[in-house]
Amino acid sequence: MSDNDLRGLYQEVILDHNRRPRNFGAIASPTHHADGHNPLCGDRLSLTLTVQDGVITNAMFQGSGCAISKASASLMTDAVKGHSVVDAEALFEAFHKMVTTPMDEEPDESAVGKLAVFSGVREFPARVKCASLAWHTLKAALSGAEIISTE
Amino acid sequence: MTHVRAEFPALDQLVHGKPLVYLDNAATTQKPRVVIEAERHYYEHDNANIHRGVHTLSERATAQYEQAREVVREFINAGSVKEVIFTRNATEGINLVARAWGDANVGAGDEVLITAMEHHSNIVPWQQLCGRTGAVLKVAPIDDRGVLIHDEFVKLLGPKTKMVAITALSNALGTVVPVAQLTALAKAAGAMVLIDGSQSAYHFATDVRKIGADFFVFTGHKLYGPTGIGVLWGREAVLDAMPPFLGGGDMIRSVTFAKTTWNDLPYKFEAGTPHIAGPIGLAAAIRFVQGIGFDAIHAHESALLKYATDAVQAVKGVTIIGTAPEKASVLSFVMDGIHPHDIGTIVDREGVAIRTGHHCAQPVMDRFGIPATARASLALYNTKEDVDALSRALTRVQEVMG
Repeated sequence: MSDNDLRGLYQEVILDHNRRPRNFGAIASPTHHADGHNPLCGDRLSLTLTVQDGVITNAMFQGSGCAISKASASLMTDAVKGHSVVDAEALFEAFHKMVTTPMDEEPDESAVGKLAVFSGVREFPARVKCASLAWHTLKAALSGAEIISTE
Repeated sequence: MTHVRAEFPALDQLVHGKPLVYLDNAATTQKPRVVIEAERHYYEHDNANIHRGVHTLSERATAQYEQAREVVREFINAGSVKEVIFTRNATEGINLVARAWGDANVGAGDEVLITAMEHHSNIVPWQQLCGRTGAVLKVAPIDDRGVLIHDEFVKLLGPKTKMVAITALSNALGTVVPVAQLTALAKAAGAMVLIDGSQSAYHFATDVRKIGADFFVFTGHKLYGPTGIGVLWGREAVLDAMPPFLGGGDMIRSVTFAKTTWNDLPYKFEAGTPHIAGPIGLAAAIRFVQGIGFDAIHAHESALLKYATDAVQAVKGVTIIGTAPEKASVLSFVMDGIHPHDIGTIVDREGVAIRTGHHCAQPVMDRFGIPATARASLALYNTKEDVDALSRALTRVQEVMG
């Protein structure tokens, strides 16, 4: 049982994005930027975006963090690139809802696509913040706040 | 120590279907039955407010509370129970000194000296003091092993140094600090000295008179006692000259709207109804530890730390952070390419409880250029089997993380 939980958390997709994060780095002249910090574990994330006419045309991140937070940032940047700000915000809501759905309920994975690999995080309450950090940072960047903390 | 382990009910349980291996003792230790029973007995038989009732229960509660003070006095070899002040924890003890002593004695341009291996509770109260007074916080550096650089410490001592605050044992690195020697140097420079014994008090015997400092703080919950109870020891003359920290009941002699006079030591620093069950539980914990003896505890823990160091180091990709020649209890480490948070989650599924993160010592992490470590910390009830379980769990980490 414990093995299944762990495999549910550390799915192959997550491990792959941890080892080879996509969109890793910084956009030279971003239109939007925010730094995310989870003081509990020391995770730091710097997110840069290019937004043109309401569409996120580029998204990159850098920083240090655990496998969950790194993979989450990697998959998130992939997921929002080429999509509108409105869609990205909707995806934030759907993702947030999925990772915070109580264990006795079925999480709604229909609206999150590939990000459904993070539904296993629900089993590990201490790790939900790791999965959410990138998303909170995205929200902050889009709203113009430059530094956010998940604490 | 096998028979001792059986005294800790919380250790006897399964976590995720595996026997619990508790290696987060630097955060808090488990409680022996005698401590749990002492608190229960107090609440079931003697619960009353202290220092004010003439009725039987109040007298019993007061007697136990004051007996606990004597147990603590003897435990740290203080000269008088007047020097033993009950606080919530070590953090409150440091804040009390920084406020009550610091505000009255530290001014603009003065210096407070700490070391680079302090945890947040021995940094922040001094930063706040410096913020209020215009004093300057100085930090004595450590080397790559996590040892205080002696010459740098000496160089930072000077006529402006008003307070030197040092841990006796680093919670993040395990370094044992020669506090008596450093205290002598600081006293010779004319500074006051506070020793943070939060980590040391459950691994070695404490003798405040031998150390020679002015203040010593420790917390009960790391010493197998309850949470919410700590001790500040201070030299009687120094405490006497200090203004109170918090105002309220119990700390006063007489109150009129025109003027209030302070109670004698130690009550001057114990405002309001205290955590009465706390000292009673702490006294039970101290007697428990004394029954085993620090010689036996130290011998057991030293051998186990050496065993654990070798075992963990043998796991592929592990680097130990904190390699001082004199260490106790704490084994901090990192693994190549694997964040400590992931280590913590995976070993937890194997029943192994360790701490991961910055250990409330962010500057220590910055010093080593890492965001966090995984930390196993040993107590008297740990065994070689616990260490073996940790090694197996770390191997499992590598399997999961590929």
